[in-house]
Amino acid sequence: MIGKHFFSETDIKSAWEQVLTAFWLRYPNPYSTHVLTEDVLFREVTPDNRLLSRRLLTKTNRLPRWAERVFPGNLSRSVYIIEDSVVDLGNRSLTSLTWNVNHAKFMLVVERCVFMGEQDRPVWTRITREAWVSSGVFGLSRPIQEFGLARFRSNQVKAMRGLEHALSNLQKASATCHGDSAEKHKNLNSTSKTQKPQQYI
Amino acid sequence: MNSVGEGCTELKREYDQCFNRWFAEKFLKGDRSADPCSELFLKYHTCVQKAIKEKDIPIEGVEFMGPNREKADS
Repeated sequence: MIGKHFFSETDIKSAWEQVLTAFWLRYPNPYSTHVLTEDVLFREVTPDNRLLSRRLLTKTNRLPRWAERVFPGNLSRSVYIIEDSVVDLGNRSLTSLTWNVNHAKFMLVVERCVFMGEQDRPVWTRITREAWVSSGVFGLSRPIQEFGLARFRSNQVKAMRGLEHALSNLQKASATCHGDSAEKHKNLNSTSKTQKPQQYI
Repeated sequence: MNSVGEGCTELKREYDQCFNRWFAEKFLKGDRSADPCSELFLKYHTCVQKAIKEKDIPIEGVEFMGPNREKADS
């Protein structure tokens, strides 16, 4: 399929488990004002302990002025996007595939992301992002694809910032919890002196 | 974050809270005990499916990871 292809690879300094937890928490964030709704449609843990999920997102349909003139009907509806993902604990990966299910003839953007945790570098997660942008509009596919790729690049930056925002919130929240539980541990220790020593099998 | 079904947002929040806790505390740690969120999900799911039908959102019969087939060679 002729179209535009995008590929990027980044390492971020966060443990894979945190990145995965943040993956579900990234909306809303200050960079995602174009994301209007988010819903989980489906979830399943497979017998081999992989987690399958499907989410539905609606996003605003922001087109450049020239496209608005050519495709006036397009303005009416938001873009509906499906995000399917597989979490595989065994090989420490989360793979997500995202694509729009409407406005697809105008432009179809398919994005695949892989979040990979590496055994020998536990505080780093590698993020591989790949996208394919294509248009089925006769005679205008090239400018539409160019626009699509440019918008994808800009969205990609927002997506990373959004993920980092969610990660930072998670880290702040867990710091608070650890503070609380440290207090609880202190109290427990002081009362346990009068109790029998616990036996751990 | 809002649900696509205006009346489903509260149900969505309850389900999300349950899932996020289970995901971080059980699933990621390899704990295979039963998912405690299925009832909450069912209520939420019923609500969302109704909204999807009303808004005519074209997700019926879309295969899991559908477009991946074409991209497999890349």
